[in-house]
Amino acid sequence: MSVRLEGRVIFEGKAEGTALVSSSPMSFYGGVDPNSGMVVERGHELQGQSVRGHVLVFPNGKGSTVGSYIMFRLKKSGSAPCAIINEKCETIVAVGAIISEIPCVDKIDIRRIKTGSTVRVDGATVEL
Amino acid sequence: MELTSEERGLLAGNEGRAARKCMQILVALGEIYGAESLVEVSSVQVSGVSYKNLGDAGIEFLSELAEDGRARVRSTLNPAGMSLTDWRAQGIPQGFAEKQLEVIDAYRRLGLEISCTCTPYLAGNEPSFGQHIAWSESSAVVYANSVLGAKTNREGGPSALASSLTGRTPLYGYHLDENRLPTLTINVEADLKSPEDFSAMGYFVGKTVKDGVPYFRGIRSAGVEELKTLSAALASSGGVTMFHMEGITPEAGVGPARSQAVSLTQAILAETTAALSDVGAPDFVSVGCPHCSLTELATIAELLRGRRVTREFWVCCSGEVKRRSDEAGYSAAIERSGAKFATDTCMVVAPIEDLGHKVVATNSAKACHYLRNSGLRVRFLPLEECVLEATR
Repeated sequence: MSVRLEGRVIFEGKAEGTALVSSSPMSFYGGVDPNSGMVVERGHELQGQSVRGHVLVFPNGKGSTVGSYIMFRLKKSGSAPCAIINEKCETIVAVGAIISEIPCVDKIDIRRIKTGSTVRVDGATVEL
Repeated sequence: MELTSEERGLLAGNEGRAARKCMQILVALGEIYGAESLVEVSSVQVSGVSYKNLGDAGIEFLSELAEDGRARVRSTLNPAGMSLTDWRAQGIPQGFAEKQLEVIDAYRRLGLEISCTCTPYLAGNEPSFGQHIAWSESSAVVYANSVLGAKTNREGGPSALASSLTGRTPLYGYHLDENRLPTLTINVEADLKSPEDFSAMGYFVGKTVKDGVPYFRGIRSAGVEELKTLSAALASSGGVTMFHMEGITPEAGVGPARSQAVSLTQAILAETTAALSDVGAPDFVSVGCPHCSLTELATIAELLRGRRVTREFWVCCSGEVKRRSDEAGYSAAIERSGAKFATDTCMVVAPIEDLGHKVVATNSAKACHYLRNSGLRVRFLPLEECVLEATR
């Protein structure tokens, strides 16, 4: 049975993929390798996993605003997530999603999404 | 959010791809932070210039934007990762230099002034009281809001660039008077004797007030040098965007915060100062974080008179202030000692850990904070002692 969640569009788009969920905030600058998409932040719960092609789910961004450019680099290297779902999007991720044209939606209760489940994003709608 | 017809046109792409992308960024940020509209800005300061921070991703983004994007308002740049003219003498590797020059070239094509300083207000980009601006160098943000009375949020590099290419910023946060009121009163009991004391005080208060607005009481006088190093420290240990100082800053008439007060004692100041230093003999000395004013260059020239430096000593300032210093004769006096000007750059954004230095002496709490994050050891010393260390 599918579940529909309604959020707020940060960057409009459609995408479908398996979810990769982090319950803690993410820093792209220094936290994710821009070429491989691997999470490299020491001690982060997703350390050693790649964000590539996943619907990446996390509460909010953190760290340097250079993180927006890292998201852009991920897109160019083919290692970007296919969509991003946040609880509360902030400047770094919003700017990164827009310049990289990664569908992005926030104001979603991310506790309802589990790693490995199939997720479809269409504008403000998230379907599980 | 309500947009004017011109703004809707920009968003529709009538003025090209770059302006459209920038407009998307500003509208999204406006929605996230609850702005009702955009507001026109008169000045922009863009961070994200050093190749050390930007990397290839940044170059790629800026180059794409430069295909059809142009600055619409006066826009200046933060320091780069090296002096744009004397990088060889600084020991910067060729590969790094080529990438850094690519970054600068993209900004030039975008129509930004290649000012490369964290103190635009000392180099000609000085907004007036009440003006809306979009600045993204945290120390300059605090200075502009607090000392000049201009209005800006703490922008990131990309959002400031979006303001440059559209001439607008979302109207929220520190652009609104109700968000510029003090949240914590600091009763200054300590005797502040030097700019370094203001720096240490800022470091302590930044940690205490976090992203609030401190209101300083009990300070008799403070000049440009004291206020700029205080601004930098407040923004590095905390998320401060603005402060007030009774009898000194232009909006201090709103009065102190009613709810809470903290005392800044001599003991706290001494403790903070000591905690900013590691152990070890400095092998590198650098002053000018934020970039030196002409007054500071005059002091440094005087301190160096008749002395020779015995270790690498960088004096960081903008190209503009350096030119004024050349005319005043300070530059020659400084260079005669063997000290090097690091114009367009500084010890925080240049790749100094790759130049083989291990222990850095500096008179800036902000520099200590960021250099430690890069894995270097630091000594926090007054300007006079920095010069002594460099010439010992």
